[in-house]
Amino acid sequence: MSLLIVNILDGLVTGLLLFMLCSGLTLIFSMMGVLNFAHASFYMLGAYFAYQISLITGFWLGLIVAPIAVGVIGALIERYGLRRVHKYGHVPELIFTFGLALLIEEVVQFFWGRSQLPYNIPEALDFAAFSIAGNSFPAYKVFMIFIAVGIFITLLYILTKTRIGMTIQAALSYPETVQNLGHNVPLVFMGVFGVGTAMAGLAGVIAGPILGTFPGMAVLLGSIVFVTIVIGGLGSLWGALVASLLIGWIQTFAATYNVRMEDILTSVGFTKPEPVWDSAWQDLWTLTLPQIGPILPYLLMVIVLVFRPQGLFGKRES
Amino acid sequence: MSTSSNSPLTAGTTRLVNLNSVLPWVIAAVALILLPQLFGSRSALTIINQMAITIVFALSYNMLLGQGGMLSFGHAVYMGLGGFFSMHVMNMVEGGLWLPLPLLPIFGGLFGMFFAFLIGSFSTRRAGTVFAMISLGVGELVAACSVIIVIFFGGEEGVSGDRTMGPEVFGWDFGSHEQVYYLTIFWLLIAALGMFLYSRTPIGRIANAVRDNEERAEFLGYSQRNVRWMSFIASGFFAGIAGALFAINYEILTEENLNLATSGTILLVTFLGGVGFFVGPIVGAIVFTLLQTVLGLYTELWGLYLGILFLATVMFFPFGLTGLIAMHIAPWKMGKIGHLVVPYAMLFFPAVLAILSGAAFMEILFHIREAGVGDSEMSLYGITFDSHAIWPMATAIVVFVVSVFIINRLSARVKAAWDEATHTGRAGS
Amino acid sequence: MKSIKKLVLSTAIAALTAGAAYAENIKIAFIDPLSGPFAATGTNGLKQFEYAADALVNDKGGILDGVKFEVVGYDNKISPKESLIQLQVAIDQGARFVVQGNSSGVANALTDAINKHNRRNPDSQVLFLNYAAVDPALTNDKCNFWHFRFDANADIKMDALTDAIAKNEAIKKIYVIGQDYSFGKAVAAAAVSMLSAKRPDIEIVGNELHPIGKVKDFTPYARKIVSSGADAVITGNWGSDMLGLGKAVIENGFEGPIYTYYAAGSGITAAFGEAGKGSIRLISEGQINPPASDEAKALYDGFLARFPDGNIDMPRIFNTVGMLAAAMEKAGTSTDAVAIATALEGMTFPGYFGGELRMRAEDHQLIQDMHIGMHTNEGVDYTYDSSDYGILVESTIKNASADIATTCKMKRP
Repeated sequence: MSLLIVNILDGLVTGLLLFMLCSGLTLIFSMMGVLNFAHASFYMLGAYFAYQISLITGFWLGLIVAPIAVGVIGALIERYGLRRVHKYGHVPELIFTFGLALLIEEVVQFFWGRSQLPYNIPEALDFAAFSIAGNSFPAYKVFMIFIAVGIFITLLYILTKTRIGMTIQAALSYPETVQNLGHNVPLVFMGVFGVGTAMAGLAGVIAGPILGTFPGMAVLLGSIVFVTIVIGGLGSLWGALVASLLIGWIQTFAATYNVRMEDILTSVGFTKPEPVWDSAWQDLWTLTLPQIGPILPYLLMVIVLVFRPQGLFGKRES
Repeated sequence: MSTSSNSPLTAGTTRLVNLNSVLPWVIAAVALILLPQLFGSRSALTIINQMAITIVFALSYNMLLGQGGMLSFGHAVYMGLGGFFSMHVMNMVEGGLWLPLPLLPIFGGLFGMFFAFLIGSFSTRRAGTVFAMISLGVGELVAACSVIIVIFFGGEEGVSGDRTMGPEVFGWDFGSHEQVYYLTIFWLLIAALGMFLYSRTPIGRIANAVRDNEERAEFLGYSQRNVRWMSFIASGFFAGIAGALFAINYEILTEENLNLATSGTILLVTFLGGVGFFVGPIVGAIVFTLLQTVLGLYTELWGLYLGILFLATVMFFPFGLTGLIAMHIAPWKMGKIGHLVVPYAMLFFPAVLAILSGAAFMEILFHIREAGVGDSEMSLYGITFDSHAIWPMATAIVVFVVSVFIINRLSARVKAAWDEATHTGRAGS
Repeated sequence: MKSIKKLVLSTAIAALTAGAAYAENIKIAFIDPLSGPFAATGTNGLKQFEYAADALVNDKGGILDGVKFEVVGYDNKISPKESLIQLQVAIDQGARFVVQGNSSGVANALTDAINKHNRRNPDSQVLFLNYAAVDPALTNDKCNFWHFRFDANADIKMDALTDAIAKNEAIKKIYVIGQDYSFGKAVAAAAVSMLSAKRPDIEIVGNELHPIGKVKDFTPYARKIVSSGADAVITGNWGSDMLGLGKAVIENGFEGPIYTYYAAGSGITAAFGEAGKGSIRLISEGQINPPASDEAKALYDGFLARFPDGNIDMPRIFNTVGMLAAAMEKAGTSTDAVAIATALEGMTFPGYFGGELRMRAEDHQLIQDMHIGMHTNEGVDYTYDSSDYGILVESTIKNASADIATTCKMKRP
């Protein structure tokens, strides 16, 4: 029971972290219709920038400066790269971001090398906030929850209550009309891309110390971010939130509970072949839930797409 | 606009069936047969075979992307599964099954086709993002299975076999690289011709129609979903052939053949070459293999250069390297190509200098960081110098800046010449 | 006229012999990742090989009347396919000795390909010196005459680890966790069977596999480990999976030892830093701290003078180079692969970082001392990753598993 509570909290942290990436990605998608394949690369850039800054000034300045730097780079890439490709259509746009992801990984390796970086939790937060049945819950994770929730509330407020938010929402659905009303839609696009990538950068800053800062960190997270927003429904902020939390919990629980295929098969009435190593079904018999945990989101996505192509909360198809 | 073409360069985009294009195929076949006279070493043949496999794979991928408008992130699945099944068939041959090695690719193709039939039954229902994401999901699932289902995929070690165990064909046991080379190009030609002819069949034509406008094709009475499914199955067949050729060449298949990195690479290869042209993937496969395997021999930064080349291609030549060449067909036909010779010649040197100096800048930086203390001597483009000294770096930067400046200045002139060359008005105007 | 002719002739001969002298260099093809995510380990391995070839052979005037070693790096991008292409390129460029270590998958592909190559091309036979791929199969079911392993295999390492665990009375419960592939499974199977033989009272409270390179957050695993009440953890994880697991386990309040195979160098030591102190235990061959001898000290100092940021985290690389040179001297040839391989079989050799080495003839597995070291910043002369932390040897198992059984049926040419 106590482990269950810990797991729910851990899943929440994973889910919220995922949401910080997904919210930016889904905003960019709804606005420009392009799936930004390089989104997780901006997350990686955030972690590397923050590490570099933390060497000089410590963690806290990096928390603010690194996301801004990532956002500026994102906006510049939108202005001078993506906008140029935009006129060729969506597939070249997507392929552009795909190439961008490759290039960012190479550039990061060029400057920071290929090793793991010693980017660590700030000392002020390096203690256990509380502990449940021997499992301590680090204060840093509490901090992560606060940051993520803070981001979500701010985003929701800006999008629904402010003038700029209204413009963005309008530009999502009727870009021409908004343009004709005198708003600078390309500037809005650039701003949204910048803010979206800055949020990915922020996620990198706070996730780097606990998930590791290394050149493979973008690839590790890259495709799961897409899976999340596709399951949630492209362009839906609430869908992204629900799907992020869902995937956070699925992954946590799948890793925790050692459901074994052997138990399932025997309870259905099969007998285990002995020795199992000679059986053609050896791999099925030895299968466990933690083994397949990380691929469950992909399975979920395929099922969702086959039966509900617009995703759980999506209103329109692709 | 050009309406038809005698060369396969623009096949799949033009509307007229033109079977007068036997000549390029004959030239290609003769060149391939004579190639070992020029490059006979084992490593050269290995690399050429790798190109051939990539060409078949990329062509099959372009049946989806270029001809059918379907963006797939999991195409390695069909090549990989075709390859794994071929490997098991090859091991059955070792166990006593009578099957000459040259027939193995048929089995690879059939297995690839079977899985494309199965997975296509649900993934091709929609086009666009839904298709792309399902292909990503299926790709990831199959790649994960390859590590979990050890009995079939062999886990991390993969499945290996011996190609020389089958019956000899005309006295060949396929132990030597040269014999494998001829087998590979034989299938390369068959597969390429097959895919070319497929693009000329009514089904191939309808795939183009569905790509361009689903609804209109539907009004014509074609189920867009079935058309996509057909293309998908055909593409799976040829991907499976590529898988079998891989099995024959390397005698081993591993998780690498199924994973997303391989699927992503083939997208890159195809796009680099140009999706709108039949020969696009061929050009892409050759350039990519050269960059990855041959440039990789000289520099560890090949990935960086590849990334830059790829982004530059998407940004400046969205129709790929082949598109860049094809752009010049119109001026050529109008006899105005001469307008471009002088500006291009002027652009050539600064462009080469910009590339070389840019690369030099990065190589020097890389050398300073990676080489040992006291090991500051590096050689680049046949010049040996001290990487820690100031002048090589300064030279690289100055040359780069100057050549980029010159390119910038020349670009207006090139553009004017280009407009002149492509102007379809009266001659001499 | 005559003199000119003579001059031309002598220059031509000089040019020819100069070419020949160059060709006499023994090319050692280093086929490992030099780009991509695993390049950190690969490039550091190449640095150690380059330095070892210079320090142990070339600077001493070479072997067999001045023949020198030349280590050439071939980037295999950790892909089996690329490895096989690079193998052909290396053979074409005259390399007859292949060294590789990262990934048993690649090693399996290479040993298979080299075996076939040597059978099909008796004129250019190649030896495969494996310095780090530890899949036991390579010296058991898949052994062949051309393959030699200079690292201890996974079973030998686990034998040594469980010896040390068996002596620690405080350990009553153990959690085994690893990556879901051949090596992870081999580690888990060996740990369970050896522990039950040596310490039947120890309870295995967890034994599980997670997908390799796919886990973003190891917290759920760490929770299970802490909740299981385990006193120690055994894992074969490497790379980011090692760091992720180790950090998560320590952060969630686990205080016992974590027994590992690959938790040093390539940035991992620096990234563990203070958190790993007292927790991380590492099984390895070759003793770095305290230095095994003055010779070892001199070697490491020389290495640091050339690569200040480098680590000697694979002392076996030095043994590989040294034993290859010794075998060539013994066989009296630097080209005849069969003679050199025969000379290597059964060879004994003093290890550069301590201990006596013996290349077992029946399976080509090197038998050597095994050390269990601790990740710490106290009493380490040579740290890793330019950090304050290094590996200090706690206990040593002499000639570990010298009599371990093998299923190898060696076919000699």
